Amino acid sequence: MKYIDEFQDPELARRLLDDIRATATRPWALMEVCGGQTHTIIRHGIDQLLPEQVELIHGPGCPVCVTPLEVIDKALEIASRPDVIFCSFGDMLRVPGSDRDLFQVRGEGGDVRVVYSPLDALKTAQQNPDREVVFFGIGFETTAPPNAMTVHQARRLGIRNFSMLVSHVRVPPAIEAIMTSPSCRVQAFLAAGHVCSVMGMAEYPALAERFRVPIVVTGFEPLDILEGIRRTVRQLERGEHTVDNAYPRAVRSEGNPAAQAMLADVFEVTDRAWRGIGTIPASGWRLSERYRDYDAEHRFSVDGIATREPAACRSGEVLQGLIKPHECEAFGTTCTPRTPLGATMVSSEGACAAYYLYRRLGTPPTPLEASPVA
Amino acid sequence: MPDTPHTPLTASNASNAAAGAPTPADRGLPTVDISGWTCPTPLRDQPRVVMGHGGGGALSAELVQQIFVPAFGGEVLAQLGDSAAVALGGARLAFSTDSFVVRPLFFPGGSIGDLAVNGTVNDLAMSGARAAYLSCGFILEEGVEMPVVAGVADAMGAAARVAGVEVATGDTKVVEAGHGDGVYINTAGIGLIPDGVDLRPQRVVPGDVVIVSGDIGVHGVAIMSVREGLEFGVEIESDCAALGGLVETMLAVTPDLHVLRDPTRGGLAAALCEIATASCTGIVIQERAVPVPPAVANACAILGLDPMYVANEGKLVAFVPREHADAVLAAMRRHPLGAGAAVIGEAVATHPGMVVARTPLGGTRVVDLPLGEQLPRIC
Amino acid sequence: MCLAVPGKVLDIEERDGTRMATVDFGGVVKEVCLEYVPDLQVGEYAIVHVGFALQRLDEDSARQTLALFEELGLLQEEFGDPWEAAAAEAGAAPAAVGGDTAREARK
Repeated sequence: MKYIDEFQDPELARRLLDDIRATATRPWALMEVCGGQTHTIIRHGIDQLLPEQVELIHGPGCPVCVTPLEVIDKALEIASRPDVIFCSFGDMLRVPGSDRDLFQVRGEGGDVRVVYSPLDALKTAQQNPDREVVFFGIGFETTAPPNAMTVHQARRLGIRNFSMLVSHVRVPPAIEAIMTSPSCRVQAFLAAGHVCSVMGMAEYPALAERFRVPIVVTGFEPLDILEGIRRTVRQLERGEHTVDNAYPRAVRSEGNPAAQAMLADVFEVTDRAWRGIGTIPASGWRLSERYRDYDAEHRFSVDGIATREPAACRSGEVLQGLIKPHECEAFGTTCTPRTPLGATMVSSEGACAAYYLYRRLGTPPTPLEASPVA
Repeated sequence: MPDTPHTPLTASNASNAAAGAPTPADRGLPTVDISGWTCPTPLRDQPRVVMGHGGGGALSAELVQQIFVPAFGGEVLAQLGDSAAVALGGARLAFSTDSFVVRPLFFPGGSIGDLAVNGTVNDLAMSGARAAYLSCGFILEEGVEMPVVAGVADAMGAAARVAGVEVATGDTKVVEAGHGDGVYINTAGIGLIPDGVDLRPQRVVPGDVVIVSGDIGVHGVAIMSVREGLEFGVEIESDCAALGGLVETMLAVTPDLHVLRDPTRGGLAAALCEIATASCTGIVIQERAVPVPPAVANACAILGLDPMYVANEGKLVAFVPREHADAVLAAMRRHPLGAGAAVIGEAVATHPGMVVARTPLGGTRVVDLPLGEQLPRIC
Repeated sequence: MCLAVPGKVLDIEERDGTRMATVDFGGVVKEVCLEYVPDLQVGEYAIVHVGFALQRLDEDSARQTLALFEELGLLQEEFGDPWEAAAAEAGAAPAAVGGDTAREARK
C-alpha cells in the first residue's frame, strides 16, 4: 500500500539504525505513548535491533486496556438488556469486567455486535427502530472525532434509539501524570502521530519545557518509529528538549480544526479513571450537556455501578523497568502466557510475555544464512 | 501471586506513597504513581461457551483437552490429528469429520456447500488419503428458502465430483426458526492411506523444510469482506478447493513427506504452532518468504489483523525432508493448486515447541497460538 | 490507540447531508466519511481511522522524509558503515540478530 510499503524498507531501516547507533553514547529511556507504536515495535522486532543504550518503555496508550473497570461493568450491564443491540470495536470484547466480558454476555444471549466504524452502529439503529442501539465510545483523541460526529449525526437525523457509552481519554494529561510520578524514569516521549493529526502540536511545548523532555511526534511504520527514536536520541545527546515533528506527512502543527471544533461541541473535559493507573484530572471527555439525551449512562441509569479492581501482579513495576520480569514471584510459575496475571504477560507485546518467550528460546534462532529461503 | 499484591494507586494515595519526598502534589499538581500500573487480564475461566471456543486457537484446544478427550478416552482420538488413521480389516483408513456454520452461506468464490465437501476431503488428504466416501448431515432452519437449500446441495454435488468423492449417506433435521443460520452442515469422510505414507507431526525433525502451497489468508479475507459490520470491497475470492490431487502429486515425488496440515481456522500460525508443539521441534519462518497477496495484506492492515492468523480453505503446509524439498516444490508448482508454492522456513533443534518469525528488518518475533477468534482492532 | 491507514479517494458523494467517499486501500475499498477533511479531492490520500478521514496526507512531506533517510545512508558511506564494522569485529554476519535476541533474554 502506498505510504506504507516505502516506510517498511529494510535497507533504509538499517541506515536509520546505523545513525541511532552512531549517535547514542549513553543509556536513554524513551516512552512510546501509543499502543499502536508498541505493536509495530514488537511486530517488526525493532526493540531487538536498537543499540543497548536505547531502552523503550511501553506507554499507557492502549485505549482498550485503560478503559476503567466501572465503565466496562456498565457496558456489560447495558449489553445484557434484551431490548439492546450493543455495538463495539472488536478489541473491547475480550476486556474483562468484574466477573465477565462482552463475549460472555453474548454467550448468555446478549446482542453484541462488532463494528468497524461508529457510523455502522448508527446504521444499525436506523435499521432496527424498535431496538435500543448503544455504541461503546472509547479511545484517544484519534477515535474521539469519529465518535463525536456519530452522536452529532444521530441528533441531526433525529435517530432516537441510538446512544453512546463514552469513555474517552486524552494524551497530554497522561504525559503530565507520568512525568510527575515519583518513580518516573522516562527521559523523552515519542508522541502518538495520529493523535496529533487531530489535535496538532500546540499542547506539547509547555510539557517539553516544564519537564525538560524531548517530545517527537512519531508515525507508525517501522521507518517512522526509527526516525522518531533517532530524532529523540539526537536531542537527548545534545541536551535539548524541544517538540519535533517526525511525521509531517500526516501531522500539521495546527491539527485538524474541524475535528477540534466538533470535539468542543459534543464533548466536555472530565476527570477520568485509567484502569490500573488511577484517576487523572481532566484526562477524559464525556458527552456535553447538549448531547445528554444520547448518553447511554443517562438513558439506562447505570450510575449506581461501583467496582473494585482485583489484586494485581507487579506489572506496573515491570513496565517501569523497576524490576525485571523474573523478579516477580509469580513469573513462570502461576503467571505464564497461558495463565497470565497481568497485561504484560497477556499480550505478546507485553514485557513479561516477551521475556518468557525469549527465555524459553534459550539459544538464538539459526542465522538467516542457514535458512533454505535466504 | 506476589506476597504483597499491588492495588492500583489513585491520585490521592499515590502522593501518600511518595510521602517524605517533595512531590508535585506539594506544588498543587495532580500525581499518580505509574509504578502502580496494571492492566486487565482476559478471562480464561469461562462458565459458558464463547465464540472463541470455536476459533481454532487456545480456547478450542482447551475445550477438547479438558472435556472431550477425558470423556471419550481412546488412543486414536488422543492423536488429535486433522483426521484419524485407523487400521481396519488389513487396510489403513483415514477417517474425519467437520461441521460448517459459515455466514453468509454464499460468499465470493464459494458457499457452505463447497466448504462442507472440501473441508473434509482436505482433512483426509492431510493423512495422505484420497477421500472415497462422505456422509452429509444437514441441520436446516425452519423458513429457509428452498432455492437456498438447492443451491447449497448443487454446490456440494459439484465439489464432490471435482474431488472425486461420493456422498454415500446423509441425514436431515429441521430446527425452529431463529435457532440456526439457515443451513448448517456436518460431513464425515473415509479414504485409504497408501502404503509407505505416514504423515504425523511426530515425524518432523530439525532440518525439515517448510513449504506452503500458495497465497495465505485469502479465504478469511473473502469471508470478512461480506460479513455484516465489516463489509469492504475487494477483488478476492475464497481459495476453497480440494487438495487431494495436489497431495497425490507430492507423494508421487516421495512418500516420505513428514507432515501436512491445511491451515484453516487460526491460519498458518495455528497450524505451525500445533506442529511445533506436537513434534517438539522449533520452527523458524522467514516472514518475507510467506506469500501474502497485497489485497490480503491491505485488508489486514485496515482491520489490524495478522495474515498469519487468517483462515485458508485451499492451502496446505508441508514439512519435507531437506533432500526432497526441491523436487517436491517443483512438483507442487506444476500443479494448479500449488502454482504459488514457496519455501517459508525450516524446522530447527533450538526452541522446541516454538514458532519464531524472522521479520524483514532482521528482527525476530515469536508466533504464538491465537487465543480465540481474530477480532478487528482499533489500537 | 490509532490504527489509521492511508487511502486514496476514488469518488465523493453527499449522502444524508454527509460528505462520503469511496476510498481505496491498495485494492481494498471502503466507505469513508470526509466531514473532517471536506476539501479532500478525488485522487488525494488521507489518513483514515474507523471510517473517517482525519487528515490529508502530504505527498511532498512523505517524499522529503524518504529523501532524508536516503541521505543518511550516503553520509554513512562516506565515513564507512559502523554496522558492518561492528559486525566484523564481533565475527558475525550483519543480518544475524542472534546476539540481540540473547541480549533481550538477559535483560
